Parts: sequence; C-alpha cells; structure tokens
Amino acid sequence: MPKISELEPPRIIIEGVQKTYTLRHTHSFKETFVAWLKRKKTSTSFEALKGIDFSVGESEAVALLGYNGSGKSTLLKLVSGVLRPDKGRILTRGRVAGLIEVGAGFHPDLSGRENVYLNAAILGMSKDEIEARFDDIVEFSEIGEFIDTEVKHYSSGMFVRLAFSVAIHTELDILLVDEVLAVGDAPFREKCKKKIRELVAAGKTLFIVSHDLGMVADICSRGIVIRRGEMMFDGPVDEAITTLKGITR
Amino acid sequence: MSKPDSVDLSAFSVPGTSRGILDVFGYRYLLRLLVRKGILTRYHGSVLGWAWSYVKPTAQFFIYWLVMGVFLGLNRGIESFPIYLFSGIVVVNLFNEAFGNATKSIVNNKALVKKIYLPRELFPIADVFIAFVHFLPQLTILLAVCLIAGWVPTLVQLAGALLAILIVLLIATGLGLFFGSINVSYRDSQNVVELILMFATYTSPVLYSSSMVQDKLPPWLYDLYMLNPLTSAVELFHSAFWYPTTSETTARPEHLWLLAGISIIVALVMLVVGQFVFRRLEGRFAQDL
Repeated sequence: MPKISELEPPRIIIEGVQKTYTLRHTHSFKETFVAWLKRKKTSTSFEALKGIDFSVGESEAVALLGYNGSGKSTLLKLVSGVLRPDKGRILTRGRVAGLIEVGAGFHPDLSGRENVYLNAAILGMSKDEIEARFDDIVEFSEIGEFIDTEVKHYSSGMFVRLAFSVAIHTELDILLVDEVLAVGDAPFREKCKKKIRELVAAGKTLFIVSHDLGMVADICSRGIVIRRGEMMFDGPVDEAITTLKGITR
Repeated sequence: MSKPDSVDLSAFSVPGTSRGILDVFGYRYLLRLLVRKGILTRYHGSVLGWAWSYVKPTAQFFIYWLVMGVFLGLNRGIESFPIYLFSGIVVVNLFNEAFGNATKSIVNNKALVKKIYLPRELFPIADVFIAFVHFLPQLTILLAVCLIAGWVPTLVQLAGALLAILIVLLIATGLGLFFGSINVSYRDSQNVVELILMFATYTSPVLYSSSMVQDKLPPWLYDLYMLNPLTSAVELFHSAFWYPTTSETTARPEHLWLLAGISIIVALVMLVVGQFVFRRLEGRFAQDL
C-alpha cells in the first residue's frame, strides 16, 4: 500500500468499512403471512463490503476497479455520504463533489440556465460562486444559445454535457466519478479528460469508478481492485488492470 | 476509536452527517432555489397558470357555501357566514397542502436522495415554503372580500393571524418530517396522511362554529377538541378576518390566546419528535427508495 506523506494528511480515510444490505422479500402483510405459511425467508442479507481499508492522499487519482456487484459503487456512495457504513468509518477532508449519475437534480421543465443554478447549488456552490463561473460552465458545455431553452427539449448529449459541465466546475477538493465519462461524443470526452487532468494537477483528489479501462489507465495513477466486497489489490493502475483481468466475478 | 498515527483528524468530517434542520439554514440559497423550482414548475404547461390558485379556492368556497350555508342552513346561526367559511378554509388548505406535500417530498426527490448527499430535511421544508407561497393567493382573495365587507381589524387580531400561520407551518413541518421519513419504507404512511387530511376540515370549526361543538360534547371532550392546534389556528383567523366584519356580538371561544400558546408548544414538540424520527430513519433512505 502506498505510504501517505507525513506532511500532507490524506483526503479520504477508509477504515474497516463494512456494508450489509438487508433485502426484504415481502412488501405487505399478505406477502409476509404467505411467506410465513410456506416457511420462506422474509429477508436475506447481502454483504456488499467486507472490511475495506485504505486512504487517498492529496492530488491522487485513484481508480476503483471491479466487476458488476463487486461493491465499488456502494463504496463511492459511502464516501459521498449518501449511504452510511454499518461498521468502520469514513473520513473526508475538504469539499466533496460527486459526478454520480449527473443530472440527478435536473428538472425537465426548467431552462438550462435555471438548471445550472439549481444543480450547482445542490452540489454545494454559493450564489456568488455560481455567478462567477456561469459563463465558463455554459462555454464548456457547448450549449450556447440553447441555455434558455427548457431542458426537456435537449438531446441526450446536450443534457449530459451541461450536467457534466456544472459538476466539473464546482468548487471541490475531492471529485467522485461514477461511470459518467462514458457519455458524450469523442471530442467532448477528450475535453472532459483534459479538464480532469487539470483538476488533478491542481491538487484535487480524484476517486473514480469505471469499466472503461483505457480511460482509467489514462487518467489515474493508482488502482484498487475490489471483488465481492473485498480488496484484492492496491497499487499502480497498470498492475491493477492486469489483476482485474485475471480474476473472475 | 483508534486514531491513525501522525494524522491530525480535526480537519476531517464524516460524510453523510448533518445537524438536521439547523443545517438547512446553511443551505438557504439552495432552499430558495428549490422553492423557486416548485413555484415555477407547479403550473407548467397550463394556460391559466397561477390563475388556478385563485380558481380552485373560489370554487371550493362556493361549493361549501352552497351545501353548508344554503342547503343545510348553517348560515342562519353564523353572521356573515361566507367570510367565516372562507377564513377557515384557507387555514385548513394551507395545512393540507404543506403537510401532504412534505409527506411525499423524500419519495418525490428520490433521484437526488439516492445520489447526492444533502441535509434531507431540505425537501420537506422546501415543500412547506411552497405551500405557503401557494397560500398567498387565497389570502389575497380573503383580504379583498373582507375589505369589501368593511373590515377594520386591530393590530392584536392581525398578530393572531400571523401566529396562526406560524402554528400551521410548524405542525405541518413536524408531521411532514415524521410521516415523510416513514413513507420511504412504508408507503402506508401517505395513506394515513390522506386520512388525517380528510378529517382536518371537519375536526376544526371550519364549516360550523365551535359553540355548536360546546353544546353537544361533554366539557372534557370539548377541551380536547379546542386543544387541536389547527382549531386554535382557525379560530385565530376567524378573530382576525371574520369577527371584525360582523356586528361583534357573537361570543368568541374563551382563552384563545392561551390555546394559541399551547398550540405553539405542541407544534414545537411535534417538530422535535418529527426531526428525531427523521434522523433515525434517514440512514436507510438511499437504500430503501
């Protein structure tokens, strides 16, 4: 495990984190009663994460790799605070912004402009910060004159570009990315990668979940492989990708 | 918990923890935008737009007036019955709107709750504010009608009306947090709320006067009836809007200010209980939605 410099405290600390989901199979008294009659289980538990330990330092770009159901998105949601760990703890330092399924806060009946303000505020920006960056956001998104059009008339590419542009322009120390770079056309993706590299160069911490191994290898320096809720590997990203290719789901 | 060596943890925070309602004040700007969103999108795509906010209460008033006042003859016992009726209806409408929407707010904002961490109390509170904005057109109609009827209120009466609005908003927030957080796992909650809302119009002196209740019920039950915070809010509105338009000879309920004071305390207790339950259940929101 890479040692974190004594001078720079880490940005994210993950200590013995466990997360178990309880899946309810019955949703009404009737179903519960029938299940009880048939002596079926009414719920099962699923261990999504079984004790994960690591920390991420400043200006580190870390890729979280694993197949479907490995628990990587759960881990990202725990870091963002959407979920809480059952055991262990997670600590973050600085502002966390999530590019987790961009556009979650978009309202189709509002104009692009209204949505930019709303979403930037949802991501934790103040009014002054949004106003200062509004032009940059619109320019990056390449939406242009359509900014005052209702979002429901946007093409899916325009929608994603605007949403991504808002998220990438938020004031942040830690950026969480979950599978959003797979959208947009090739030139826009190039632009996003460039922007993300700029952020990392500026000392921001990047924590990314993706199946796009080429892109991950391109942006990240460190890779963590997770399989069935357990950490399999932590080290240079190239070796992490090799490890991932060698394991089964 | 053990500290990792050589790391100063003072600058760190635990993601997903908040101070509940208190944190909502730190998100004032977002709260304002959420309220704005609710207002802008409410009548989106309708030609009449906000005119519906005038049409609906007027129609509602008319039907109550026709059935209760004309057909059932309740207006014979109450002076300027239409104003009596309408000043009560607007209070109950505010409560129904605020409480009903707050209950569904977490489920309605599913996409956000599941993906981005925010103090979740923001959503029900924004809905209560939206309900308040929605209430203003109704208040405008009430004021217009009262002015035509020669309304000259005292400052104390007006203060009472403001107190009534405060009571209604506080209980709607408290109950909304309570039922809204339960609603995430058990959608039965919103059906229970619909039931409560259905009763709300009838368990307060909106369509009849409280003296009619006093005549029929044993004293202890009448006292209980008067302790309903919504009842004191409705009576405060009656005092502020209806009473000054009458010959001011009708007997008003006794100890109205005491009842209002108790209502504020009850509303604050509901808020604390609602917030407590909300916080207990909040951890499961993202996985249960």
